[in-house]
Amino acid sequence: MSVTSVEQAPAYADPHHLHAAEHPGPAPKRIVTGYGFWIFLLSDIVMFSCFFASFAVLSRATAGGPGGAELFDVRNVAIETALLLLSSFTCGMASIAADRHNALWFQVAMAVTGLLGAGFLLLEIREFVDLVGRGDGPSRSAFLSAFFTLVGCHGLHVASGILWLLTMMAQVVAKGFRADIERRILCFALFWHALDIIWVAVFSVVYLLGSAT
Amino acid sequence: MTDHAQEFDDRGDLAPGEQQHGDLRSRILFYVAGLGLAVLLTATSFFIAGTNLVWQPSIPVAIIVLAIAQMGVHLVFFLHITTGPDNTNNVLALAFGLIIVFLVVGGSLWIMANLNHNMMPMDQLMQMQQ
Repeated sequence: MSVTSVEQAPAYADPHHLHAAEHPGPAPKRIVTGYGFWIFLLSDIVMFSCFFASFAVLSRATAGGPGGAELFDVRNVAIETALLLLSSFTCGMASIAADRHNALWFQVAMAVTGLLGAGFLLLEIREFVDLVGRGDGPSRSAFLSAFFTLVGCHGLHVASGILWLLTMMAQVVAKGFRADIERRILCFALFWHALDIIWVAVFSVVYLLGSAT
Repeated sequence: MTDHAQEFDDRGDLAPGEQQHGDLRSRILFYVAGLGLAVLLTATSFFIAGTNLVWQPSIPVAIIVLAIAQMGVHLVFFLHITTGPDNTNNVLALAFGLIIVFLVVGGSLWIMANLNHNMMPMDQLMQMQQ
């Protein structure tokens, strides 16, 4: 395989590497980076909680327009949920392949993850276009403004996640499993799994509770 | 295996999202178990939302409980957050994030419900302004 030489690359091939093992200095770079990204993700979740709060407050402010029960297609949401959940699983497979320095399986798992994410995004865009086409766009009511902000913000996260995924695939091709590339893969996996956690809240609160009332 | 695997031994801490290094089969099975549980919880959630079999007022509570359970499954099986000593920092950061989330969502709902309750209905308010 073409990555054999990269597999043997020593730790100092990473220009930012700190050898923490010899003295009780700072924690290893992988933990510092991962922890920093974890803090970012939590702040992202706090931001989403603000959108959830505004959606919950405004969920009945339909201004005489249609509510969730008339607008949402639960079957479409179920397919979206399945796609994102499966992509979270294949993303986990990609992390295992990255830990094992198996480039082929890493690329396969990442490609499947990206395709599932793109399918999710496509269904969501189709739903948005359909809603706007029927005159139920974000300017229709406070409820729909909150809906488009919350769900659209999650969709934007998925879109940027797919871009990041593609750059990670390219970086592994170009540079192999260097320590700094592995840290980026760790951060990407965290990001992708966090997106799925936020989607669990979205489909429960927005779609299932929204169409129940 | 790799240099960061040795670092674990030296430092006894885990980065968030880092899986304990086991053999390939058990690591994959861990994800499969998580996927199975998540599918089960999601399917239950969608089933309950569209059924008449259960007492209707219990449905919103059930959906929220199932959602929280599924987020827990994702945290444990996909993000590998554990209660072990190598995860203390990750769990503390998560706990702080959750406090903020509950304050923002719970506080907003509480205050706005209170305001709604104390405010005159909108149509009467309009009549007074005329």
